[in-house]
Amino acid sequence: MTSIQEPPPAFEQVHDERVVKVEIAISNLLRIGVAVSLLFIVIGTVLMFLHHPEYRHSGRTLQHLIGPGTETVDATPFRTMIQGIRNAEGRSVITLGLMLLIATPVVRVAVSVLAFVYQGDRVFVGITTLVFCLLLVSFFLGKAEG
Amino acid sequence: MLGAILGLGGGIIVIPVLTMLLGVDIRFAIGASLVSVIATSSGAAAAYVRERMTNLRVAMLLEIGTTSGALTGAFIATHMRSRWLFIVFGIIMAYSALMMYRRRSHELVTEVKPDRIADFLRLHDSYYDESIGETIHYRVTRPTLGLGLMYIAGVVSGMLGIGSGSLKVPAMDLGMRLPIKVSTATSNFMIGVTAAASAGVYMMRGEIRPFIAAPVAGGVMIGAIVGSRVLGKLKSHRIRLLFAVVLTWVSLSMLWKGVYGQ
Repeated sequence: MTSIQEPPPAFEQVHDERVVKVEIAISNLLRIGVAVSLLFIVIGTVLMFLHHPEYRHSGRTLQHLIGPGTETVDATPFRTMIQGIRNAEGRSVITLGLMLLIATPVVRVAVSVLAFVYQGDRVFVGITTLVFCLLLVSFFLGKAEG
Repeated sequence: MLGAILGLGGGIIVIPVLTMLLGVDIRFAIGASLVSVIATSSGAAAAYVRERMTNLRVAMLLEIGTTSGALTGAFIATHMRSRWLFIVFGIIMAYSALMMYRRRSHELVTEVKPDRIADFLRLHDSYYDESIGETIHYRVTRPTLGLGLMYIAGVVSGMLGIGSGSLKVPAMDLGMRLPIKVSTATSNFMIGVTAAASAGVYMMRGEIRPFIAAPVAGGVMIGAIVGSRVLGKLKSHRIRLLFAVVLTWVSLSMLWKGVYGQ
């Protein structure tokens, strides 16, 4: 980003130049995250159609893929995904893209923790860390139950 | 695409389309929708944060409420029968339609009661309003009320896979007295983090199906990029009215499906 049209700074102690830089870096990170995950999803979809040319012709086969209860629940989604990517399976590349997408807000919160540490704001370091922990808990709880 | 304009996550459109038109299981539709909510939020938040509309401090504080609510909601959803999901969804949709119809067009500038907690956490901020060309300083009040409302918004979000921006915006706007533009931008940022909390649960449970989520997420991302440029120029008042009518209709058919079965 070269053309940055920032409005005049107000409330200097909160919005000093360095904080602004951090905010811009974060928003660019978010965009890159979204773009990269979209790329993976597109590549995965293309791979899927290359591996399974029959999907192109048959709407019914496609319908079968999205219908209820067509696949068994995968207990180890992460391991299956890594294996799948080695074999260039479209499905696993799509999953990687989706995981990246879900991870973008999590990374965003993690970066915010660092930003508040940098500003020396202890109360908000605590608050943001709590949010980050809740996000991590969600992954573990879902796994424990599933 | 419409989602980004109207300050919603878009899930409120994605779920009816998937379940009613394409016959997808409502649980998988919720998983796919959560992914699309994150896409909308992360894509649009990037622009908002740079304009400094988002109040990050308020957002982070309220995230405690939304993420814990989202976890609760994601668990309630597993133990609930699909038809109840349809019924709850129908009710929330009807409410969204009402909010959209009644949305205030101008800002209320009122005196805000000083709040000790808000002062301590330094939640007050300012933003640059392009439409009038000046910087507006504002004060925040009743953060605990906001936190409570956000927990409810989080439960709804985790249960139904929507961003529930229609609940978050009034909580900040009416409850905590943030300016409407700040509320909308902050809500948009928050729905991504909220959705990530419940998406974690759905993903690990295997309810985010790659073949359902991929086209939805792809479509929403492309739609968000194109839509924010094209639709911004349209008259938003007309869009809202039309959308409110569509939402009401869909909400009624969802309720019908929930009450009378397939």
